[in-house]
Amino acid sequence: MMPDPQCEIRSRTRRSLLTGAAAALVGGAAWEWLSTRREDDGIQWPLRLALRANEQLTRDYFKPARLTRTFPPSAIESGRVNGDIGIQGPVPADWSLKVAVASDDGNRALQLSLADIQALPKVEQITELKCIEGWTRVLRWGGARFRDFVARHAPDRVDFDEGNDYVGMETPDGKYYVGLDMASAMHPQTLLAYEMNGKPLTQQHGAPLRLVIPLKYGIKNLKRIGKISFGFTRPPDFWGEQGYDWYAGF
Amino acid sequence: MWSRRRTNQQMQVLEAKHPRAIRWFHWVNFPLLALMLWSGLLIYWANDVYRIGLGGFTLFHFFPKWFYGLFNADHRLAEGMAWHFFFMWLFAINGVAYVIYTAVSGEWRYLVPNRNSLREAIQVTLYDLHLSKRHPPRRKFNGAQQIAYTSIVLMGAGSLLTGLAIWKPVQFGWITAALGGYRAVRVEHFLLALGYCAFFLVHIAQVWRAGWNNLRSMITGYEIVTAEEQI
Repeated sequence: MMPDPQCEIRSRTRRSLLTGAAAALVGGAAWEWLSTRREDDGIQWPLRLALRANEQLTRDYFKPARLTRTFPPSAIESGRVNGDIGIQGPVPADWSLKVAVASDDGNRALQLSLADIQALPKVEQITELKCIEGWTRVLRWGGARFRDFVARHAPDRVDFDEGNDYVGMETPDGKYYVGLDMASAMHPQTLLAYEMNGKPLTQQHGAPLRLVIPLKYGIKNLKRIGKISFGFTRPPDFWGEQGYDWYAGF
Repeated sequence: MWSRRRTNQQMQVLEAKHPRAIRWFHWVNFPLLALMLWSGLLIYWANDVYRIGLGGFTLFHFFPKWFYGLFNADHRLAEGMAWHFFFMWLFAINGVAYVIYTAVSGEWRYLVPNRNSLREAIQVTLYDLHLSKRHPPRRKFNGAQQIAYTSIVLMGAGSLLTGLAIWKPVQFGWITAALGGYRAVRVEHFLLALGYCAFFLVHIAQVWRAGWNNLRSMITGYEIVTAEEQI
């Protein structure tokens, strides 16, 4: 004799709903657990772990030959100012670019002038600055390739491994700072720029010298560079300490 | 005699409808997609420039202030990105597993539209809007469902692709370029998100109309069907 279908569907429904309730409970508990974890640089540590894992995958897949898109001059837009952390007040009269090895005590820092950077081969490129907020600006930048700067001015006791080493940059007052993986810094489209849209940088846009790294979100494109240091460990990063991805790269 | 239930010369039987795997994919996808939409809203808030309008006239701004308030979504960009880049893996894995399962199990035959689907979908729509009395065919998925459920899977693939193009626009720059550039891809990614919300509303309305027996089949896998008695 066949079982009564009404009776059978009732028991199946009960069983399925119980399974569903158990699964929902597990999901809810996982959500609660994730949301309440201790913070690691401004974000729950499991999420920080996920950002780090994503970073490792990206760095494994990274090829310096993959270039960011460049635009024709007709696409150039005006700049957009979006914050002044580290560049409040006029550029210090005694500004110089300090270049150091992170492990040194600072006394051995090399001091360069803007003329030293301008003496390097000049590059102009029209690229899209992508803000982490979601807006973008197509801008023409003029400056020296960071890799040319390294070849000429990096402390000679630094022996680079592009896969593992890092470079840190900060504003003269030390209030804004970024950390970069060496591979992204050495990318041919990474510039130490002193011109924007054909004119010398204005104060708001990072005079006298700023970083232009179209492989990263705008937050990494440090304005008014005061110091560049090379190292073997991850340099601190202003926004990376506030819940954002340290790598922040495309 | 093999059945006790014989009323009006008809009998009710239990019929298997949705395989267990499909039910799990479906119900797991629901919270994952919801979390992707929520964390996406947290990200979108930071530069919420999209609107429906012409020139200086704005008909609707995505989104009004009260809407962000409803989801507690303001000033949470960093969090939004961290959640989005975590759950994207689970969303992608569940979606890819679903597609592989439907392909291998043969379930795709019920889902993929055929040359009759469009005509049938129009008929279903007219019937649902009470403009036609012709009842849609009674089988697992009618033409409208085939088109809707296949579209939603394609939309999922679209979200993964546009998402990748926004996330890694240099290393996967060829995808970004193929989809119209960084700015265009962000619009596409956003429109797909709106598409899920529209799908959800229609889906809920249709499930409501179809009734408990239908909804229950997505929970238990079985549906009660009334068959003519065979003697």
